[in-house]
Amino acid sequence: MAAVTRPQPELDDLPASSPPIDPWAQIVQGFDGNRSDLVPVLQRAQSLLGYLPPDAVRRVARWLRLSESEVFGVATFYAQFRFTPPGRHHVRICLGTACHVKGGVQMLETIQRRLGVGAGETTADGEYDVERVACLGCCALAPVLTLDEAIHGQMSVLKLQGILDAEASA
Amino acid sequence: MRAATLVRHVDEALAKARDPRAYITDDGKAEIRICAGTACHSSGRPAVTAAFKEELATRALVDTIRVVETGCHGFCEQGPIVVLWPSGLFYPHVRPEDVAGIVEASIVNDGVLQKRLYKDPETKQRIAHEKEIPFYIGQRRRVLALNGKIDPYSIDDYLAHGGYTALAKVLTDNDPAGVVEEIRRSGLRGRGGAGFSTGTKWYFARSSHGEVKYVVCNADEGDPGAFMDRSVLEGNPHVVLEGMMIAAFAIGASEGYVYVRHEYQFAVDRLRKALAQARERGIFGDGVLGSEFSFDVRITEGAGAFVCGEETALMASIEGRRGMPRTRPPYPAVEGLFGKPTNINNVETYANVPWIINHGADAFAAEGTPTSAGTKIFSLTGKVANSGLVEVPMGASLRHVIFEIGGGMLPGHHFKAVQLGGPSGGCLPESLLDEPIDFESLAAAGSMMGSGGMVVVDDSTCMVDFARFFLTFTAEESCGKCAPCRVGTGHLVSILDAICAGKGELADLDRLERLARVVKSGSLCGLGQTAPNPVLSSLRYFRDEFEEHIVQKRCRAVVCRDLVVYRIIPGKCTGCQRCVQVCPTEAITGPRADAHNLDPDKCIKCGSCYEVCRFDAIAGDAILIESRGQHAD
Repeated sequence: MAAVTRPQPELDDLPASSPPIDPWAQIVQGFDGNRSDLVPVLQRAQSLLGYLPPDAVRRVARWLRLSESEVFGVATFYAQFRFTPPGRHHVRICLGTACHVKGGVQMLETIQRRLGVGAGETTADGEYDVERVACLGCCALAPVLTLDEAIHGQMSVLKLQGILDAEASA
Repeated sequence: MRAATLVRHVDEALAKARDPRAYITDDGKAEIRICAGTACHSSGRPAVTAAFKEELATRALVDTIRVVETGCHGFCEQGPIVVLWPSGLFYPHVRPEDVAGIVEASIVNDGVLQKRLYKDPETKQRIAHEKEIPFYIGQRRRVLALNGKIDPYSIDDYLAHGGYTALAKVLTDNDPAGVVEEIRRSGLRGRGGAGFSTGTKWYFARSSHGEVKYVVCNADEGDPGAFMDRSVLEGNPHVVLEGMMIAAFAIGASEGYVYVRHEYQFAVDRLRKALAQARERGIFGDGVLGSEFSFDVRITEGAGAFVCGEETALMASIEGRRGMPRTRPPYPAVEGLFGKPTNINNVETYANVPWIINHGADAFAAEGTPTSAGTKIFSLTGKVANSGLVEVPMGASLRHVIFEIGGGMLPGHHFKAVQLGGPSGGCLPESLLDEPIDFESLAAAGSMMGSGGMVVVDDSTCMVDFARFFLTFTAEESCGKCAPCRVGTGHLVSILDAICAGKGELADLDRLERLARVVKSGSLCGLGQTAPNPVLSSLRYFRDEFEEHIVQKRCRAVVCRDLVVYRIIPGKCTGCQRCVQVCPTEAITGPRADAHNLDPDKCIKCGSCYEVCRFDAIAGDAILIESRGQHAD
């Protein structure tokens, strides 16, 4: 490993965070505390917490001996990281080339009209968050969107309305 | 270590790495090969696999036939794909309810289930075998040879098909400089887009002084509409790892990184498992295959920034910083990851390396053209009949790929343009379809090889809107470090926005061209330097469409929202009220059985009524979307 391993600060030295991040030990498990661990640690934090609350950014910064602004700067550079809690349901709309050509924008607009929130936002009741992605990589199924784990291909405005209706009445 | 001892060590180690109890494909036992690529997964692969297993269990056939989940077969649009082995019978679009019939017809008996076979869209003939399908006939699957054949989770399967023999060869020959020379002689060029000579790159990295050197695999495949690298990683992760290892041996590196998009969860998972298996068998880690060479790889998941496909940005990202490019020189071969000499190549480039070592540089160079050797994988999508993954020799014509392998346009669609190279590439018109696909020809035509995205569009795509789509993408993905890219791409988008909204002027076209040249020549990295290509190529081949938008305020493809109107044709409308029900803004009114009214001021042009009229309503074609300044009826 080329990067120098820094001495790790004791976790007990850190001020008690509020609210406490329970899976903290899980977040840093297996990492050496190198600068190059920053992105993977943030990824782990997000996968456990659902998003990056300010407290997580703070603790990661202290753990890696970086300033919070540095960590925040890196985190905001990458599209993967979110700083607000996700909704209970997660809608991803693909706006890649193939989906654009086949009407992906209309899917996004339909979602906006129905849920009242746009890409990068979460509905006020915390039910849905909406994300637009550049390509889900199943272009043969365009236009594509995902609702939680389910992939819905060859969508149309009407099919999407049907899916949202079914969800609403479920 | 003396040469003879080394050869013996490596041979023994490779033999020992095989688990004789493990199953391997192609060992004579009958197989059901189910494509487990992302597209087939999305269209229902898990249920199909479960159905086959259940059916075999019911019929007590579990011991005589094996179910194998393989990597991508390439014909993604036909998924889930099932191929029976050794018969080679090809069943597309398999649903769980078809499984019993397929097992009965083709496994228990020696026949075919005629109605589930692939139907050639052109001849309407049913085709039984994979090798007879036009989509596969025109291809030359070399990198993808084992995709669709082996189980990507099984290192034994890869070993049984000649895996890691290229590595054993370079270790026993023990001539790193000779490996570099072999790759250089083969004429292999980078498959990530820029097309730089791989051998030359390795030569520079080998010549650089340093105790520590790195090998990096760029699997940050960010171009929308491109999935070549993902399919290779999903279908055959070991071939990429083997290529990296050979590169590491050649340049003297002991550590490597694969930088792969976090969105590619299947690829990440298969890569991790492949690596773990290879470590377990002594192929990765200290003393590779009993030699004195050590090498290991880490997998870094990209966090979603398109610019990280640029090599210096990618390295910054691995280092835990914002993924922003820097000026070159120094090139990574001299000063790369963590400031050390680094060789960085794309997935497909590494995947070609074992083949070259096994078959020789001359055999590799024999395929393709004098300046672009070998084969190239393309992901063919859009309005083409057969979309999927295609591997052809360099120098094949676009027409061959689109019309023979791709089966031409979908019925009722007329070819307008093919977009190559993703957001960095350009659109080529019908008149250039006979151009050979090689690095130089495509660049001369104003497009580029790029990583291999190939999107076919028809008359329903507006070239101005299409150019705007790509520019919007690059403008959003610009990292903001240099002004020509950050400010320039934003301005290009705003000019294109105005043209699409019917607010452009003819002088805008000159502005676009001038600004595009500035962005191209002034930007720091490849992202900015290629970002204007979609605009420049569209202006070169489809200038009349730009002029129509500006002068006549007309969008012939009826795409640009501000230039189209929705209209109900009174004579055709039966007054069925379906459109009234779906209109989100109450723009359509009218009593049942009377022709409806559409209020253009309320209409938001969402397309719901058009869709419902075509598919659900009695009339079927009573709603018309037309461009301003044109009359129909």
